[in-house]
Amino acid sequence: MNFFTKALGTVAGVALSATMALAEPALIYDLGGKFDKSFNEAAFNGAERWAKETGGSYRDIEIQSEAQREQALRRLAEAGFNPVITTGFAIADIMGTVAKDFPDTKFVNVDGWLPEVPANVLLINFTENQGSYLVGMMAAMASESNTVGFIGGMDIPLIRRFACGYSEGVKAVNPDATVISNMTGTTPAAWNDPVKGSELARAQIADGADVIYAAAGGTGVGVLQTAADEGILSIGVDSNQNYLHPGKVLTSMLKRVDVAVFDSMSAGENLETGGFLTLDLEAEGVGYALDEYNADLVSAEMKAAVDAAAAKIISGELVVHDYFASDDCPSLDF
Amino acid sequence: MDFLTVLQILDSTIRLATPLLFACLAGLFSERAGIFDIGLEGKMLAAAFFAGAIAYTSGSVWLGMLAAIAASVILSLIHGLASITFRGNQLISGVAINFLAAGLTVLIAQDWFRQGGRTPSLSGDARFNNIQLPFAETLEPVPVIGPIYAELISGHSFLVYVGLLSVPFTWWLLFRTRFGLRLRAVGENPAAVDTAGISVIRLRYIAVLICGILCGLAGAYLSTGLQAGFVKDMSAGRGFIALAALIFAKWRPWYALYATLLFGLLQAIAIRFQNVDIGTFTVPVQFMEALPYILTVVILAGFVGKAIPPRAGGEPYVKER
Repeated sequence: MNFFTKALGTVAGVALSATMALAEPALIYDLGGKFDKSFNEAAFNGAERWAKETGGSYRDIEIQSEAQREQALRRLAEAGFNPVITTGFAIADIMGTVAKDFPDTKFVNVDGWLPEVPANVLLINFTENQGSYLVGMMAAMASESNTVGFIGGMDIPLIRRFACGYSEGVKAVNPDATVISNMTGTTPAAWNDPVKGSELARAQIADGADVIYAAAGGTGVGVLQTAADEGILSIGVDSNQNYLHPGKVLTSMLKRVDVAVFDSMSAGENLETGGFLTLDLEAEGVGYALDEYNADLVSAEMKAAVDAAAAKIISGELVVHDYFASDDCPSLDF
Repeated sequence: MDFLTVLQILDSTIRLATPLLFACLAGLFSERAGIFDIGLEGKMLAAAFFAGAIAYTSGSVWLGMLAAIAASVILSLIHGLASITFRGNQLISGVAINFLAAGLTVLIAQDWFRQGGRTPSLSGDARFNNIQLPFAETLEPVPVIGPIYAELISGHSFLVYVGLLSVPFTWWLLFRTRFGLRLRAVGENPAAVDTAGISVIRLRYIAVLICGILCGLAGAYLSTGLQAGFVKDMSAGRGFIALAALIFAKWRPWYALYATLLFGLLQAIAIRFQNVDIGTFTVPVQFMEALPYILTVVILAGFVGKAIPPRAGGEPYVKER
């Protein structure tokens, strides 16, 4: 018995030191799932790039329900993973609580917000309003009916921020243009309902929209599909989605979650935490996608106008309204 | 609101109601024979996956549809085995099937396509294309009737018409044939059927089988008719709405059609009019989206008469010795 407890202690010690020495990073995806072709997939791509370039390895988990968030966080922190990176605003709250119990572990969240940020937590945000502003300008220039659409996923302030930036961009090019905005739902299921995305897209097309911007995770797949079927243009989000329907997707609003994940993993245990990090247009945290699939859709004139606006936003000459700042949007009613 | 908008809403109603209708009729056959089936959702999901997967690999939507039916029938038979042969709890078996389908589809999809639990997008013959009924083009200029025919009746996918035709067929099968009489009797008083020398077990298995076929069609419509490919959890609770519609319809085929169309209409309206203005008061979109469920609760509270389920429903039949 004595030998057994000793042996057990040694094994545990070895296991502990092994994990401490490695300190691999870990990544927890939000409910949309690892391969949503959008937000979470961008995080996955960043992690893969890190693994490839450094030869390191990481652990990733797809949670299946709300209740698993805390469980996954605690388990990864207990197992010695560092830093623990999470995506999606919904996990931030519980992460703030868990982080206090593991002061030696660094926690990173993309999209989240906390009133008080613990010393070992880093919250990474993107200026989606700026990126959406740029694609909104492109939508207005590509539209012939002067009506463009926006389809959001779950109705949360973050998605309203997308919608508001988009409508600001549309109105900047064409003050008379109409922006139709719809949200898919009010529960996390709204991120994964392509059938409803399709129907919303059809309804917007019936109301005259000929460019639709989908910021809706997996639901966006249905929006892009219907737009391609009905012969109108669509705009993808987060990851570059231009390739999904070549020649039918005007552009994609890039949100470089991959860069955020890559940088956090590269910094490893030396990551600076205890506050917010905002990746804006200047830091290339957001932008629009241009590749061989949409080269024919984006005219030189369009590109020049958008690049000029981007330069103005970076220099501070042009300020895009931020929904977070005032909880309302002057150019769009929700 | 002009005439065209009304037509578009009704058009959307038909698209949204079709998967509900198939699932509702599937539940009707099963529950009329005394087998409660809350696994409609899971069967629909599994069928949607196999329709998408096989249609993509073979390039034929018809093979996809057959695969969907096969997958759904297999799950039905598992439910049958658990609840008829082994006399297990039908609700638990149904829940198990839902979980099994939710996990299995994503797992297999990831293994086959490596796209994170979805199938690649379908195109061409791998999807159900919309059928233009004869004379749709020529009749279109005719006022009122023309647009109704061209927009609303024509231009749906094959499975929509199958769904609509299966309503009178179900009615005829259940209420005008000997088989239908026996099937209904088995759900009301299986002992009497057994006394008449007819196998209760066999009849119940047939009912569960038909249920599987119809759920297969519902799933195939989701992934190859409405959408172009399978996405994880794409049934999004439609199997449960179909169950509510079944209770609403008091286990009758024609009422099932009306109930699912009503649910489809409510969803279509919620999608088309996100906020409804009634004079000075605005009905928020959240209320519109909750309406089908509120309606179900109101109906279940006995608002529209009593909904009496088949008497022997949920009880495994044990032969007396």
